[in-house]
Amino acid sequence: MTAGRDTGQGGRRPVLEIRDLGVQVATEEGAKTVLDGLSFDLAPGETLALAGESGSGKSMTALAIMGLLPKPMARISGGSIRLDGQELTGLDETAYRRIRAARVAMIFQEPMTSLNPLMTVERQLCEVLLEHGVCARGAAPARALALLRDVRLTEPERRLRQYPHELSGGMRQRVMIAMALACDPEILIADEPTTALDVTVQAEILDLIRALQDEHGTAVLMITHDMGVVAEMADRVIVLREGREVEAAPVRDLFAAPRTDYARTLLDAVPRLGSAPARPAAADAAAARMVEVEDLCVRFGISGGLLNRTVAHVHAVEGVSFHLRQGETLALVGESGCGKSTIGKALLGLVPWEGTIRVAGRPLRGLSRKAMRPVLRDIQMVFQDPGASLDARMSVGEQVVEPMRVHGLATGSELSDRAEWLFRRVGLSPDMLQRYPHEFSGGQRQRVCIARALSLSPKVIVADESVSALDVSVQAQVLDLLQELQEEDGLSYLFISHDMAVIEQVADRVMVMRLGQVVEEGTRDQVLRDPRHAYTRRLLAAVPVPDPTRGRAPLPPAEDLAEASPIFPVGCAPERLSLTDLAQGHRVAMPSI
Amino acid sequence: MSAAVDPARPPRRGRAREVWSQLLRRPRAVFGLTIIAIMVFAAVFAPLIMPQDPFAQNFDGLDLMGAPLPPGGDYLLGSDLLGRDLFSRLILGTRTSLIIGVLANGIAVLLGAGVGITAGYFGGWTAAILMRFTDLMMAFPALLLAIVLAAIFQPSLLIVALVIAMVNWVQMSRVIYTETRSLAEREFIQVQRAIGSGTFRILLRHLLPHLLSSIIVFGTLGISTTVLLEATLSYLGVGVQPPIPSWGNIIYENQTYFSTAPWLVFFPGLLIVLLALAFNLVGDALRDILDPTLKGRH
Repeated sequence: MTAGRDTGQGGRRPVLEIRDLGVQVATEEGAKTVLDGLSFDLAPGETLALAGESGSGKSMTALAIMGLLPKPMARISGGSIRLDGQELTGLDETAYRRIRAARVAMIFQEPMTSLNPLMTVERQLCEVLLEHGVCARGAAPARALALLRDVRLTEPERRLRQYPHELSGGMRQRVMIAMALACDPEILIADEPTTALDVTVQAEILDLIRALQDEHGTAVLMITHDMGVVAEMADRVIVLREGREVEAAPVRDLFAAPRTDYARTLLDAVPRLGSAPARPAAADAAAARMVEVEDLCVRFGISGGLLNRTVAHVHAVEGVSFHLRQGETLALVGESGCGKSTIGKALLGLVPWEGTIRVAGRPLRGLSRKAMRPVLRDIQMVFQDPGASLDARMSVGEQVVEPMRVHGLATGSELSDRAEWLFRRVGLSPDMLQRYPHEFSGGQRQRVCIARALSLSPKVIVADESVSALDVSVQAQVLDLLQELQEEDGLSYLFISHDMAVIEQVADRVMVMRLGQVVEEGTRDQVLRDPRHAYTRRLLAAVPVPDPTRGRAPLPPAEDLAEASPIFPVGCAPERLSLTDLAQGHRVAMPSI
Repeated sequence: MSAAVDPARPPRRGRAREVWSQLLRRPRAVFGLTIIAIMVFAAVFAPLIMPQDPFAQNFDGLDLMGAPLPPGGDYLLGSDLLGRDLFSRLILGTRTSLIIGVLANGIAVLLGAGVGITAGYFGGWTAAILMRFTDLMMAFPALLLAIVLAAIFQPSLLIVALVIAMVNWVQMSRVIYTETRSLAEREFIQVQRAIGSGTFRILLRHLLPHLLSSIIVFGTLGISTTVLLEATLSYLGVGVQPPIPSWGNIIYENQTYFSTAPWLVFFPGLLIVLLALAFNLVGDALRDILDPTLKGRH
């Protein structure tokens, strides 16, 4: 298998050679092999992607190379890792310290937890520089500044004096990259470097990694679950599954003609923007309006000062109006902090709000929690993280029927009948009702959550990033399930997501939000195929294209979109955007903010 | 994996029996239960077990120099300064200490957990008032408070227990408050609100099970401090009135003779450690049994 591989690098001497690498993890049931017989070469200047779903062993590979496997639970069980001819397995801690950062550097998924919150950016950068003797103490600050310039951080002088919490997620990841590149390493390992970031920030960071790689000739080992990122970044791909290599190929070959079934299913499951089939005839305009929202505002107080009074408000949602018809899916899109989730919570009365909300014709203004109960039978919510939204201490069977118990809809054997019916409905076996959440996979857990939301037979479901935490293949299955339920029961969905490709598959209408306000709305095709607002265009341009032959153009700088924050002092409010009607229902904020 | 029971809710009594049978399968829990059983037995049947009159000041209980006798002979565990049989006094003392340890600590746990959960879940003004009050209680010297309270009320076992509980609930409420605050933000609690569950249902059915491990740990730790606090109170004359023995006041009465007659401090001390250990072992086992994510281990 290894012998016949075309590296595509014309026989250049590889900087990293991995042969038959195996990693074992100790579990209650004995040693479990999480990585088995992995071999690959990495040439200078090349980008190799390790792609796979959760549990495929891709992160274990990175940790093994860095000598950072969690001891004593995990250990290298066999094989070799050679860096420029030097064997790394079995190296002691002192020797490894000279390798890490200096020759092999790593950036992690979550930049906030990887940076020390109590140290300024300058001190953290200087520490790395001095630790590895890159430059003299006196020269370190100047070198740190140069590094920040290298990673294209705005106002680098000011950034040096700031602490990690003062920076945005994208800026933090830039600082992490600066730290990783401080010693000019031969290899950069990027472990899901953009998964926690918004799509526009992701595009910027990927552009940056590519530019830096060209400048420094660094070899990049990219670890990701996102085939869009793979297509965009990689020269070669290794697809992993359950710790074994499934397929290794140059990226174009893999995307053009995957040789294995698994790679094919993985690629097929990736939602591609612009390829979704037309939606079945959208709910007719005469259908009943299940949700009507007018001039919705949600503000959170920020208290401060000597007397701890409210000094400012976060205007999370500002003057949003929309409606949702029976059998229709309305998607709310936007980056983190744009207020899309807050709208969902307001509909269920989970946050205090102002304005008008009517669910199934019933106005919600001023309802107490008790008076909200009948409303909740009509509208339910499925949250983002199925692991966190299930009670770990209660069997799933109990949790699924809990809403019916709360509302006094059934008792005794009726409850268990209903639980079985709900489980079958979402494609789970009723034998599993006794089990606890930790015994299920992520996708199964989300099915349990959907079953729970369905138990009250609601008319509207708010799906808040309900598939974002799932692997792509599972994501597709859950989306199918939601679709099926909609067709059978005429459910209406308020589908909240940041993922344009997913939205394209499910939405009838789309609302794009920024800083708590709607900037563009219309039918799916109006908004996604003919975006009129600069922000919508930027969101769409940032989506990675899962096709290596059609590279995404580098993201244009966001000049026409002013940096802005939704926080205003008491008494001030953001300027309300007015929407201009372009064509049947396609409304855009003018001028662009 | 799954037993043939009603899938939605296993019957209550069956659950209790299952917990009990699982408890009996764990050697450490059985050890703890045995100690507790022996102590309860000793407390209930004290008059029948005591080899001697615990109040009798025996002339032959002291040596010629007037010093207490070491363990052995007529006095199984030695005698105290007044020539009383230590073993008999310890057995009778079990009554006081067990009642104080369980009762006072139980009240403290209920009060502390109740205040902590309420403040943590509701937040805002409720939390501000309750937690400032807790801070006040914390800042107030515990002993002084206990003396004042005990001086106001006529000393009796119940009053002593109440006084100790009033002093001891504070730490528990702090811990539970912090934990509840982070739990209340978690998604599965939000889900319950989205479903429309009432506040009591959320607190008791969904929050409490997650707080159980902290409650058990702090609750069992509290037992030894409680027993010792009772001793301090007795020493100051506001606790259990002499000559009624308790493990704590036996230690206090005799601590000055620690170098010459160490057994007078060692044996009651050992009993306090055993009591705390026993509850701790049972508590740990209970915590593991009640946590479904640990099922199948051990």
